[in-house]
Amino acid sequence: MIDGPTVLKSLQEVGMTVLVIFIGTAILETILYLILVRALHYRFALPFMLIAPAVLGLVALVVIPLAWELWISMTNMSLKHFKVPEFIGLTNYVKVFTQPVLKSVTFLPLFLRTILWTFVNISFHVLGGLGLALLLNRKMRGRAIYRTLLVLPWAVPQVIAVLAWRNEFHYEFGFINLMLRDLGIAPIAWLTTPVPNFIAMCITNIWLGIPFMMIILLGGLQSINDEYYEAAQMDGANAWQQFKSITMPLIAPVMTPAIILGTVWTFNNFNIPFFINQNEIESSDILVTALFRASFQYNRYGFSAAFAFVIFILLLVYTIFYLKRSGTLKGAV
Amino acid sequence: MAALNQPTKVEKTPKKKTIFQGSAREDSPFKRFWIHVGLIIACIFTVYPILRILSVALRPGDRLLSTNLALIPPDATLEAFRIVLFDKPFLQWIWNSLAITMSTALIGVILAATSAYAFSRWKFPGRSLGLIFLLGTQMIPAAMLMIPIYILAIKLGLVGTFRGLVIAYCVTSVPFSIWILKGYYDTIPIDLEEAARIDGCSQLQAFWRILLPLSTPSLAIVFLFNFTFAWNDYLLARVMLGSQEQLLVWPLGLQRMVGQFQTQWGQFSAASILVAIPVMALFLYSAKWLISGLTLGSVKG
Repeated sequence: MIDGPTVLKSLQEVGMTVLVIFIGTAILETILYLILVRALHYRFALPFMLIAPAVLGLVALVVIPLAWELWISMTNMSLKHFKVPEFIGLTNYVKVFTQPVLKSVTFLPLFLRTILWTFVNISFHVLGGLGLALLLNRKMRGRAIYRTLLVLPWAVPQVIAVLAWRNEFHYEFGFINLMLRDLGIAPIAWLTTPVPNFIAMCITNIWLGIPFMMIILLGGLQSINDEYYEAAQMDGANAWQQFKSITMPLIAPVMTPAIILGTVWTFNNFNIPFFINQNEIESSDILVTALFRASFQYNRYGFSAAFAFVIFILLLVYTIFYLKRSGTLKGAV
Repeated sequence: MAALNQPTKVEKTPKKKTIFQGSAREDSPFKRFWIHVGLIIACIFTVYPILRILSVALRPGDRLLSTNLALIPPDATLEAFRIVLFDKPFLQWIWNSLAITMSTALIGVILAATSAYAFSRWKFPGRSLGLIFLLGTQMIPAAMLMIPIYILAIKLGLVGTFRGLVIAYCVTSVPFSIWILKGYYDTIPIDLEEAARIDGCSQLQAFWRILLPLSTPSLAIVFLFNFTFAWNDYLLARVMLGSQEQLLVWPLGLQRMVGQFQTQWGQFSAASILVAIPVMALFLYSAKWLISGLTLGSVKG
C-alpha cells in the first residue's frame, strides 16, 4: 500500500537534504576559490578544491566521530551519566581486559572466538571458491549456467539471506532439521544452544562468501597462459605438480588481496552473527556484535568506545602487517 | 603488484586471449562426468535455500508452518504477495529506500570521481597520507562509529529523519570508491589530457570531456557499490531512523516482519523475493564489470 502524502514526504525530505548538500558545496568551493586562487595563487589550488567536498564529508562522518569516540572512551559516559560524563583516563581500557564485556563473557574468549570464526570462514571460502573455480575453468557444456547459479548467494541482499537462513534453522520447521529427521538423525536446536548456533553462523557465512572468492579466483585462473601447462606436460609434470608450481604462484597476486579483504570483512561481519543469534547467546558473539550490544543494549558508551578502539587497533595492525609483507601499498601510494 | 615478480614471459604474450585458457587440457569423458556431478551438487547447495524462500512465500496463510519439503506446495497461492503489496506499507519502504539510495549513490560517485582525479593527477602535499587514511577507514568496524554518530545526530536533531541518513550514506562508500577510481584513472595515459589542453581545454574541461567518458565502466562499478551499500544497509538505518512507522527503509521493515514474537513467515518471504529479484538481476547483469573493477587495482597495482 502506498499513498500520495507519504510518497511526497519522503521525497521532500531527501530532496531538501540533497539541495542543502549542493548549496553547501557551492559555498565551500567559492570560499576556497577566493582564498587559494585569487589570494594565494597556490599551485595545488585545483586538486584541493577537487577533494574539498569529500574531505569535509569524511571529517564530519569519520574524523570528528573518531576523535569524539576517543574522548568518550576516557569518560564514564553511559545512560546514567549521559549529560555530564566524567573524565576517568584509561580506566575503560583496563576494564576491557579485566571486566566482562557483556553479562559474563570477557574479552579474551571473544577475541579467540572471532579469530576462530574468521579462520573457519576464510578457509572454507578459499577452499570452496578455489575448488569450484578449478572445476569451472575449462571448456564444457553448461558452464555459463553453472556460473550463474553458483554466484547467486552473492547477489541476494545480505539481510534477506541471513533472515531466511535463520528461519531455516528453526527447530521444527526449518529444512535442515526436517532433512536430518528424514535421515533418522535427531534434530538440533540451532538457535538456542551455543555450539550449534556458532556452527549455524558459520554455515550461513560460508554459503554467502564462497561465490565472491570463486569469481575472483576464476578471473585469476583465466589469466594464466595455457603455454605454461603445455610446457609442464611436455616435461612430464603431473596434475598436482602443475597446480603447485604453476596455478598457485600465478593466482597469488589475485588471491592475496582477496584474502586480506575477506578477512577484514569477516572479522567485521555484523549481520550474520547478529541475526542468526537472536536469542543473545553470549557464546555466539564475536567482537563487533559484542561491541554493538555493549553500546546499544547495555548503553555503556564510555566502555564500548574503549572496546571499539581495541578492535580497531587489532585490525589495523593485522592489515599493516599484511600490506607490508605483500608490498601492495608500494605501487599504489 | 606481484605481476612484476613473474617471469617476463607473462607480460610478453599479448596473444589473442581465448576465453577458455584451460582448453588445451582435454578431459576424458569419465573425468568430465565427475566434474558435472560435483558442480551439480554445489549448485543444489547454493540454490536450494533460495528456492525455499519462494516455496514458503507460495504457501497459504494457514499452513505456513509446514513440515513439507516439497518446493512448490500442493496448494500454492499468491496470497502472501497480495498482502505484502496492498495491505502492508511494503511499497512505502521500497520507495523510501529507493529515494535515499539513488540520490546518495549519485552524490557519492560525484564526490569520489573528483577526489580520485586529484589523487591520480597531482602530487599535492598530504596525498600519500590521505590515501593511507582512506585505506585505514576500511578497517573501522561499522559498529564502532555508531555511538559518536548516534550521539552527534541526537544533538543535531537528525535522529528519526532521513536527513542524517542521506548525509551519512553519501560519504560512507567514498573512501573505497576513490581507491577504485584512482586505480582506473592511473591506467589512462595523461597524454590524452595534455593533448586536449594544447587544443585549448582547461584542466577541468579535459577531466570532463576526456577522462570521465573514458572511465564510464569504473564509474558504473562505483555507482553500483554505493547503491548496494546503501540499499542493503541495516545498521546505520536502524540507528538513525529509530522506530518511526512512516520512515522505514526495507531492511528495517523486513526485520520487523520477523519480529521475535510473531513471525509472518510467508509475508516475509514474499517481500524478500520482491526485493531480491531486481537486485539480483542488476547484480548478475553487472557482475563482470564488478569483478574487473575489483581485481584491476590489485593486478595492475
